[in-house]
Amino acid sequence: MSTLIGNPLSVVNLGIDAFADPIAAAGVPVTRVQWSPPAGGDAQVVRALANLVGNPVVEDANRQAFAAYLDAEPVLEGIGIAREVIRGMGSRTLLHSGPPIGWDTMCGPMQGAVIGAAMLEGWARDAEEAREIAGRGEISFAPCHHHGAVGPMAGVISPSMPVWIVRNARHGNMTYSNLNEGLGKVLRYGANSPEVLDRLRWMASHLAPVVEAALHAIGPIELKPLMARALHMGDEMHNRNVAASGLLMKQLVLGALKAGISARDAADALEFVVGNDFFFLNVSMAACKNMLDAARGVPGSSMVTTMARNGVEFGIRVSGTGDTWFTAPAPMVEGLYFSGYTRADAARDIGDSAITETAGIGGFAMAAAPAIVQFVGGTPQLALANTMEMLHITLGQNAAFTIPQLEFAGTPAGIDVRKVVDTGILPAINTGIAHREPGVGQVGAGLTRAPAECFTHAVVALAGLVTGGAPR
Amino acid sequence: MATATRIVRGAYRDSIALMKLSAALAAMPGVEQASLVMATEGNVDLLRQTGLLTDDTDARPSDVLIVVRATSDKALAGALGEAERSLATSALAPAAHGGGPEPVAPRSTAMAIAAAPQSNLALVSVPGEYAAAEAMKALRLGLNVMLFSDGVSVEDEVAIKSLAQARNLLVMGPDCGTAIVNGVPLAFANVVRRGVIGCVGASGTGLQQITSLIDRYGQGVSHALGTGGRDLSEAVGGVSMLAGIQALAGDRGTRVLVLVSKPPAPSIARNVLAAARKIRKPTVVCFVGAEPPAAKDGNLHYARTLEDAARIATSLAARRAPARRTAARAPPFRARFARGQRCVRGLYSGGTFAYEASWLLGAALGDEVWSNAPVHKKFALRNPWTSHGHTVIDLGADEFTRGRPHPMIDHRLRNDRILREAEDPEVAVIVLDVVLGHGAHPDPSAEMVPAIRTAQAAAKRRKRQIAFVAFLCGTADDPQDLPRQEATLRDAGVVLGQSNADAIRIAAAIAKRGTAAAPSRSASKRRKA
Repeated sequence: MSTLIGNPLSVVNLGIDAFADPIAAAGVPVTRVQWSPPAGGDAQVVRALANLVGNPVVEDANRQAFAAYLDAEPVLEGIGIAREVIRGMGSRTLLHSGPPIGWDTMCGPMQGAVIGAAMLEGWARDAEEAREIAGRGEISFAPCHHHGAVGPMAGVISPSMPVWIVRNARHGNMTYSNLNEGLGKVLRYGANSPEVLDRLRWMASHLAPVVEAALHAIGPIELKPLMARALHMGDEMHNRNVAASGLLMKQLVLGALKAGISARDAADALEFVVGNDFFFLNVSMAACKNMLDAARGVPGSSMVTTMARNGVEFGIRVSGTGDTWFTAPAPMVEGLYFSGYTRADAARDIGDSAITETAGIGGFAMAAAPAIVQFVGGTPQLALANTMEMLHITLGQNAAFTIPQLEFAGTPAGIDVRKVVDTGILPAINTGIAHREPGVGQVGAGLTRAPAECFTHAVVALAGLVTGGAPR
Repeated sequence: MATATRIVRGAYRDSIALMKLSAALAAMPGVEQASLVMATEGNVDLLRQTGLLTDDTDARPSDVLIVVRATSDKALAGALGEAERSLATSALAPAAHGGGPEPVAPRSTAMAIAAAPQSNLALVSVPGEYAAAEAMKALRLGLNVMLFSDGVSVEDEVAIKSLAQARNLLVMGPDCGTAIVNGVPLAFANVVRRGVIGCVGASGTGLQQITSLIDRYGQGVSHALGTGGRDLSEAVGGVSMLAGIQALAGDRGTRVLVLVSKPPAPSIARNVLAAARKIRKPTVVCFVGAEPPAAKDGNLHYARTLEDAARIATSLAARRAPARRTAARAPPFRARFARGQRCVRGLYSGGTFAYEASWLLGAALGDEVWSNAPVHKKFALRNPWTSHGHTVIDLGADEFTRGRPHPMIDHRLRNDRILREAEDPEVAVIVLDVVLGHGAHPDPSAEMVPAIRTAQAAAKRRKRQIAFVAFLCGTADDPQDLPRQEATLRDAGVVLGQSNADAIRIAAAIAKRGTAAAPSRSASKRRKA
């Protein structure tokens, strides 16, 4: 028997708003949906979405995927050399951020980083030669995400670089990220001058061994508890990592002492860490990817497991659609510019760091980080509103990451492509703005939204898989 | 004369909001025509067909397309500016944030359910091309659905209804204009007293007529469930009608059932009647346009007209034998028809009213009655824009409402037609339906009376008189104030029937007497002239 007759009526009104008035006047609860055509009225998307919303196959798959994400236990195991620890990374391979891209179409900062990495690896003596070998196809390129890795901005990881190793203690999957170089002229913004390459060499020869020895001395660090504390200390671990970097630093100091590292070596390494408020960002990203990778490959699931940009395209991957990227042009970032720079200087959105939002922190946990709202051009109210809004496009909340400002509610997590398309609410991303010319560095920071087209493409593809291609 | 178009990107508005805005712009000085539409393929085509839009447009379905034709550039600029200003105050703009974050207004059915988990009915009135998708989503999310939207394909209707069956949910529609659930009027419904009579109907105005007459006869309605006009076709199989019968059979608040539809496909009719026989509650069956069996059949009571259905249901609810229908009262109207004035013209806003009227009028006059919605195809009017002989027009039919508001909301189309019918020297009687209730025009008689008076004056100049007969489908509790509506029409010389059937009886009587009386009078007049 239907639930309608003989039960108290409660109406959802969508379409003609005036129909809600007499219902409300009769004292009956009525929820007015601010309806507009999903996906700008694209008939194929509208139909695909109707096949996925409330579909039990998708609901079951999402429960499984989301539970795997929640259950993941990322631990920081140590530091390794990229070519030795990253599976399938060839000796002439450079990993980069975002979805796949070739040399010719890379944006300025990414080409700059490739040139720097080619010189760092000794494949080229100068920038000109680096351009030539890249142009001749003598370097193979692959997204970090295809090798379990993530990198901020250009995200270039070369074979000899030291990388963070994060292991999922629950499911066993491994993820990696490079070490953060700090601000200013750095490889991830496309800089490749000798000072940049010298710093990278120093990081490999001096910083990495100290950190590795320190971590070895104290044992793997559980990352979720550390990140949860950092959220309570005002970080959202995308654009603000000052608290998390400090918490990691405490451990490293103790580790360095326990490991018996010389005071001078320890001081050099830790001085670098102290001076870099973004030191934890790359660890945060590897942890986020680690949790999300646990949710990958669940047939039918509409949960987003990757959001990443290469400076040209924004791409997402979804648990139920395997390794397929759904892409759209990378958006411009709305934000504040450092003095002397304007929007005309900005590159398009770039970097794997949107993995933080995908995992429910970053822009999704903005309410926890009121101190950075001005940095990204917002207000504390906007920060709360952003986090609240993301609740409507996610599968649930992550009780491991709570937000004091929202009465310790868990952060919204597990972006559902169906909900994004059905509501038109796009994932909010806090991000830095790169100069569009290689090597200038960061010129500002701000807020952006993931492009809608990525999600509509994903909905169509997933509906094809779930319903066997036949309309139902 | 100048015409210009504007596109406002991503500014979705519902059709009624856009119609109101179009009407407001059209009323500005110097503006000839103004049209604001969501730029769907169909709407853009329509603007082309009407000649209003001549250039190419890159407007997308989620954009509002504004087209204005005005007598001067100044008027044009004024109207376009006004349109853009009205659309700029976006209904979707996030509310200004004060102390804390405002709750996000629901943008989808899933979001609405998250905000109100007790929800059990989705009232869907989105444009037709999106309606099936919204209905599917609502059903999968566990809601019953009232699908007001039309333009849903038969295939989609079948898919929607089989999903509803599998989930044990009710679907009313598509193209379900009216319903009453737990006494609550939904969409275009009358404010009807609550009672023990439950209705299931494939016809919107049929349900409105029966429920408002039940109210007028002193009984009340538990639920009135719409099924959509195609439900009782072979293709759809009467799924909603059968589900509705089951729901009311199990409802303690319902003692008497009324089933109303145009004559269903024969196999479906058998299934529906078989289901109705099983439930044991007294059930009135009204298949409008088909002569019913004379005798009652177990718990089934057959009614010939909507009025009969209401009358029989009322007596069953009151537990007394169905009262005989009172004979047609002598119409308080003295016709002075000129020679040749013999035809009845019915100008209807309600589809089922027009359908029933063409059938009843044919029977009452013993003559051919032409219609754009005839019971028998042989009486189909070739061109619905021109009447001939006795004609009954459904002005709510697709050919009249494409790109235009429904005649229950906007009386201009019918008023124009009244004036044109009055020009025709054959016309003796014009019959009009006046639908009250939620969703209908707030003051229909005020909209109609000027046209009626103009028509009467024009007839008078030609030494003719035209009888206007009307009935009001509504209750005393409807927002339009029924007694005032009746008084306004009576003051304009309109003869009022109690129901559609009553109005047709009166119209036929007047027409017959006019025909009989006319030759001598008009002959004598002609001699005088």
